[in-house]
Amino acid sequence: MLAEQISIFIENKEGRLAEVTAILRDADVNIRALSLADTTDFGVLRLIVNNNDAAEQALKKEGFTVGRTKVLAVEVTDEPGGLNKVLDPLWMQNVNVEYMYAFANPQCKNAIMVFRFDDHEKALEILEQKQIKVISAEQISSL
Amino acid sequence: MPIFNIDFETMPREGLSAIQLRRLQTTIDRVYATVPFYKKSFDAAGITPADIKSLDDLEKIPFTTKQDLRDNYPYDMFAVPMEQVVRIHASSGTTGRPTVVGYTRRDIESWAELMARSLSAAGAGSGDIIHNAFGYGLFTGGLGAHYGAERLGASVIPVSGGNTRRQITIMKDFKPTILCGTPSYILHLAEVADEMGVDFKDLFFKAGIFGAEPWTESMRIELETKLHLKAVDIYGLSEVIGPGVSIECHEEQKGLHVFEDHFIVEIIDPETGETLPHGTPGELVFTSITKEAFPVIRYRTRDISSLDPTPCTCGRTHIRMSKPAGRTDDMLIIRGVNVFPSQIESVLMESKKTLPHYQLEVDRKDNLDTLTVKVEIDEGLFSDDIKTLQIMENKIAMDIKETLGVSAKVRLVEPKAIERSQGKAVRVIDKRNV
Repeated sequence: MLAEQISIFIENKEGRLAEVTAILRDADVNIRALSLADTTDFGVLRLIVNNNDAAEQALKKEGFTVGRTKVLAVEVTDEPGGLNKVLDPLWMQNVNVEYMYAFANPQCKNAIMVFRFDDHEKALEILEQKQIKVISAEQISSL
Repeated sequence: MPIFNIDFETMPREGLSAIQLRRLQTTIDRVYATVPFYKKSFDAAGITPADIKSLDDLEKIPFTTKQDLRDNYPYDMFAVPMEQVVRIHASSGTTGRPTVVGYTRRDIESWAELMARSLSAAGAGSGDIIHNAFGYGLFTGGLGAHYGAERLGASVIPVSGGNTRRQITIMKDFKPTILCGTPSYILHLAEVADEMGVDFKDLFFKAGIFGAEPWTESMRIELETKLHLKAVDIYGLSEVIGPGVSIECHEEQKGLHVFEDHFIVEIIDPETGETLPHGTPGELVFTSITKEAFPVIRYRTRDISSLDPTPCTCGRTHIRMSKPAGRTDDMLIIRGVNVFPSQIESVLMESKKTLPHYQLEVDRKDNLDTLTVKVEIDEGLFSDDIKTLQIMENKIAMDIKETLGVSAKVRLVEPKAIERSQGKAVRVIDKRNV
């Protein structure tokens, strides 16, 4: 049930982000969500896209270092406490968030949160118990 | 493969030291009597041959430099009359006058033995066919390896350098099992083979003996994967004898055994001339103790290495020098600390197990030297977690501080961010203008 994110190493240089997005445009890859973590010198761009293989290939061809990471995509209702409903049971059972970012589900009013947890298996188990909707890689590509 | 000269190559330290001292004293006596340069240099330092009572006394003797050899061009450093010289070689002289060296019949025999030992250490035996792509001529590589191969009883193909396509045909048809040459030429040969549609997997090589120029661990990986053989480093220079001064054993490929019954090796601080303890990198200095025609006393090679006296699994007792990865000409002085790019390279190798491209950038801010080490990220190093990357930067910086005693800022950069010159990364950028 895990989704997959691709990540790219980029130096903090003018226009670098635009280069990445241009490469993805030319490879006909659609970006669903992104987050950028950065330091003063470099950043890691994390992307959820509709076609990981095409994106990875195109970026590698242009000399970028590309990684793939398993993440958990969770649907969160668009109402006060929606995110908290997901996080509460997790932290209470010692599952911690390493990073997260969100995008709107184009098919409904809900948000999709992308999580990297320190323990994905345990997280999945807990979310299932709580009947919280986890979105698969296939579902993300076909959004 | 058996050790070629088991008595000498596995001799316990005590015996080796005794032989070294006796041979050193004989050599010092001879050069003092026959080479005016040495007499003058000893006299100037207030030393006579009688002062050399132990191996430690070697430190009292002045160094010999490349310039000294040039000043005595062509024959003034010879210690025997020309009647006894049977061979002359010379260095290329691209950076000045060439250096001329001579050999007596016995020198040629010792050299052949040293090269036979080296081939044997690389895994060759009398049944092997040796493709010798070292250049034949004034350069010592070709003939040095040639005589060693014959001494070993192997079959040698004296193919020399150049005519690359024909070399590849020879490799296919003559089925050589050992390859000798300079690593850069051999990599070129591999490219041409590729163009010709020849895969080294289908050839017959088991080992390659590469030297005459410094090459790195990452080149070893490249050579071994492309050529499907074990790549062994050989070291030598014509001033000392030629190839066969030291060799890696194929068992360990970790450090080159210096044939200590023929040479005494030291590591010195290139700035102060002080002898450095084992393990500390510095300039390699050699004293020949068996050569007749062209003995050298404390010859400064400008090559950077360090010495490791720990016993080797191959059984050889001779001290190992680390793969020379640079020259004193590459040395940087950062806040008073001598730094060689090769040391940073070892730290990266040690902590990352692969060698990423790197570059040292030295600058001066508010009268203080700063060192930035740029490291190109690759898939092996990359993580999507920024903390992991930052921890890695800090870890490398700490390792550099610990090993070299100098603080550095480590910066991860994108692949290909470090400029290349003819395929090789530019290792040092010094912006200090001093």
